[in-house]
Amino acid sequence: MKTSLPTDPTLTESAGTPAPQTASIYGVVLSVGIVCSLAIVTVYQLTGPRIFRNRVALRYDAILSVLPEAVTVIPFEFDTTLGQFQPAATDDADSDAVFAGFNASGELVGLAIETEGMGYQDTIRMMYGYSPREQAIIGIRVLESRETPGLGDRIETDANFLSNFRRLDVSLESTPNQLAHPIEFVKSGNKTAPWQIDGITGATISSRATAAMIGDSAADWIPRVYPRLVDFTATPQETR
Amino acid sequence: MMAFPHEEPVQTATDDLVNGIWKQNPVFVQVLGMCPVLAVSNTAINALAMGLATSFVLLMSNVVVSLIRGIVPNQVRIVTFILVIATFVTIVDYVIQAISLELHRSLGAFISLIVVNCLILGRAEAFASKHCVGRSAMDALGMGVGFTVALLCLGAVRELFGNGSLFGFRMFGESFQEWTIMMLPPGGFFTLAAWLLLIHWFEQRRTGTETDREVVE
Repeated sequence: MKTSLPTDPTLTESAGTPAPQTASIYGVVLSVGIVCSLAIVTVYQLTGPRIFRNRVALRYDAILSVLPEAVTVIPFEFDTTLGQFQPAATDDADSDAVFAGFNASGELVGLAIETEGMGYQDTIRMMYGYSPREQAIIGIRVLESRETPGLGDRIETDANFLSNFRRLDVSLESTPNQLAHPIEFVKSGNKTAPWQIDGITGATISSRATAAMIGDSAADWIPRVYPRLVDFTATPQETR
Repeated sequence: MMAFPHEEPVQTATDDLVNGIWKQNPVFVQVLGMCPVLAVSNTAINALAMGLATSFVLLMSNVVVSLIRGIVPNQVRIVTFILVIATFVTIVDYVIQAISLELHRSLGAFISLIVVNCLILGRAEAFASKHCVGRSAMDALGMGVGFTVALLCLGAVRELFGNGSLFGFRMFGESFQEWTIMMLPPGGFFTLAAWLLLIHWFEQRRTGTETDREVVE
């Protein structure tokens, strides 16, 4: 494949080179390509672990902010063959897991769940915390957003809006396969029930998008996790 | 890419350096690479990071292009140069992710798009493929500093008015009302226009009198 080439970097003059052969043209491009690929692979190998740690750190930071009582966090995945949640095999930053937070004495204080949806400009990614004890969402944290500065990005900063998520009711019906009240979005100042989200005037689209993605995710996840809360234990059990 | 303003015959390495910073400033004089200039100059930090990333790619690609200029056949030089540039852009992309994911997110797609910044291929083609390593490095340094300074000029103004801060530090009291538009795309155009006006007004004042005299004669 590879033709031998003069690669001596001290070789400098080019002006009067005669028209090169096709083989040598391919040879040069191929060799440069191989060297470039090697350089990229080397840098990828060197920076990979660091990038991975950054991703995990960013995620754990978000989990601890939506589950303030948590001290330790364990990712869980739903095992379809066993029909129960199992501690995730790896600490993979890209896995589709639920993160269970435990306090110092090993009790489950809440679950952190990631969700995403379309905002005003681009996808918004969020983490929210669910407290089974309160049957409520107890906090949200924006992981990624490109909402308009000063308008849409108030979903991250507006204290009034964020207070919606301090105790957002997501209790289940007596037959626990759906939420008793789906999460509702209402215009700013019209919140009357604990399952409603008060919008932000001037950021209607962004706040509506937030409500929608949390509502959809909660309606999907909470009826699945609530009946299986026994699975979430700080120490993995052998038999159940 | 080829239709470059004709380069003046510069002689010394210092001339190469100054050339990029002032006389041929990539942003204010050559008006190249406007896409990242307008898009990521919304805060001083973003502007600085983008400027440094571009400068690194510019320096490394100029050096490598200058080193291999003797063995690269004329027919495939653009392909080879782009290959070299793309490699360094990918490296920068990984390094920025390793430094800070927050920074990587705020720069968005523009890190990868350094590869199509015509400033870089322009310098490889117009300068590094014709000059020795030392002078190519000086040229890249000059252009890189010029690009970074220009981005900082925009980023500082936009952040100051748009967010009331500079490098994240609050500059005004609580009562300051942010001009949100300065953080948004139109703010980039306004700020760039203001800087171009200011710099060309200075240039004209410096050389204008001579031109007037010639006209009179």
